[in-house]
Amino acid sequence: MAASIDPGHSVALRPDPIHQFELKSILPFGHLGHQELAFTQSALYMFAAVGVIALLTIVATSSRSVVPGRMQSLAEIFYEFIADTLHQATGDGGKRFMPLVFSLFMFVLILNLFGMIPYAFAVTSHLVVTFGLAALVISVVVIYGVMKHGAHFFGLFVPQGVPKPLLALLVPIEVISFISRPISLSVRLFANVLAGHIAMKIFAFFVVGLLSAGAWSVLSPLPLFLTIALTALEFLVAALQAYVFATLTAIYLNDALHPGH
Amino acid sequence: MAQPNSLTTPPPGSDVHMVPAGAPEPVHSAAFPPFETHTFLAQLIWLALAFGLLYWLMANIALPRIQGILHDRSARLAADLDQAQAMKAEADAAGEAYAKSLRDAQGKAREIAQGTRNDLAAAAETKRKALEAELNQKIAASEATIQSRTQEAMGNVRSIASETASAIVERLTGQAPDQASLDRALDSTATAH
Repeated sequence: MAASIDPGHSVALRPDPIHQFELKSILPFGHLGHQELAFTQSALYMFAAVGVIALLTIVATSSRSVVPGRMQSLAEIFYEFIADTLHQATGDGGKRFMPLVFSLFMFVLILNLFGMIPYAFAVTSHLVVTFGLAALVISVVVIYGVMKHGAHFFGLFVPQGVPKPLLALLVPIEVISFISRPISLSVRLFANVLAGHIAMKIFAFFVVGLLSAGAWSVLSPLPLFLTIALTALEFLVAALQAYVFATLTAIYLNDALHPGH
Repeated sequence: MAQPNSLTTPPPGSDVHMVPAGAPEPVHSAAFPPFETHTFLAQLIWLALAFGLLYWLMANIALPRIQGILHDRSARLAADLDQAQAMKAEADAAGEAYAKSLRDAQGKAREIAQGTRNDLAAAAETKRKALEAELNQKIAASEATIQSRTQEAMGNVRSIASETASAIVERLTGQAPDQASLDRALDSTATAH
């Protein structure tokens, strides 16, 4: 490795807010065509999230206490929160999707929160991951909708009580809005996490930059306070985006359960 | 200090980015990592494995268990509430029974008191009546005595008056008046009164 650069040194000299999103290979498996197969830190974080969720929902509830402990009560709060959200969006028929919505919520929430740990990697800052989850949701909606309602499911694209000539205009719009769902669902989460982490990094760099700028260093507390405020905001975003993802999933699933406006 | 392009050994881990091996490593500016398409397949595979595992754990272990806990708790609460309701009903019934027996006892006590009062009143009444009758009898006897004594006295008055009158006349005139004119005079004074 001839021309590699000490990253610590480069961080001080050139603020690079993108560096934090790089995938690092832990266990390379080689290549498949253009694709590089490796167990990366991203995969490690995913399995760590699964582990944390299992710890919270399985280990913490193993005593099945009627009077719950702290962790069991946390697991119950998450369960009831998601069950309520799902029930509000889909009614009684949505119960079968509880594992899906609950897994999605917990997975996104824990991965977002992992991203808030200093030096940790934010898995949800990669579009392919959020798109994978969104594609899963839309696939479930389409497959379940067609299995349950057959062709009637496509009535979703035909608004009722609209004059026939307008349908020629409205049906394509409905189709486009349906197709854009996985895109908006995935980009919303990805962009929020990405932008938040970049903003935090940039403001943190400002602190360092100002400190090394002679007399200007008296201003360095300003970006520090901004960084602190942004960090708090990002915690909010981390939880909120997980909730938004779960809620939208529930709303889309409602279309599969009750197509036809 | 290390300068860019120096030959210092990089710290471990700094050169394991997923940049194709052998390519000269650019200063993190080559591509935007989330858009490096050659990492997509691996990420999707790991995502599928991790999320599949999570889904399986949640669907088969975690959620049924939490649901069971919540269900047990609500069942237990409902049972406890039912029991409390039953106990409350029991307590209410006991309270009602107590109030009823209290009412009965009070009624009985009132009855006894009334009875006693009536008995006493009746006894007093008979006693009073007997006493009254006795008194009336005595009054009647006394009145009869008074009557007879009065009549007797009135008879005596006439004879005294006639004797006194004949004595006065005899002293004044020197001769006794005849009885008939004396009686006439006495009668006329008696009617004059």
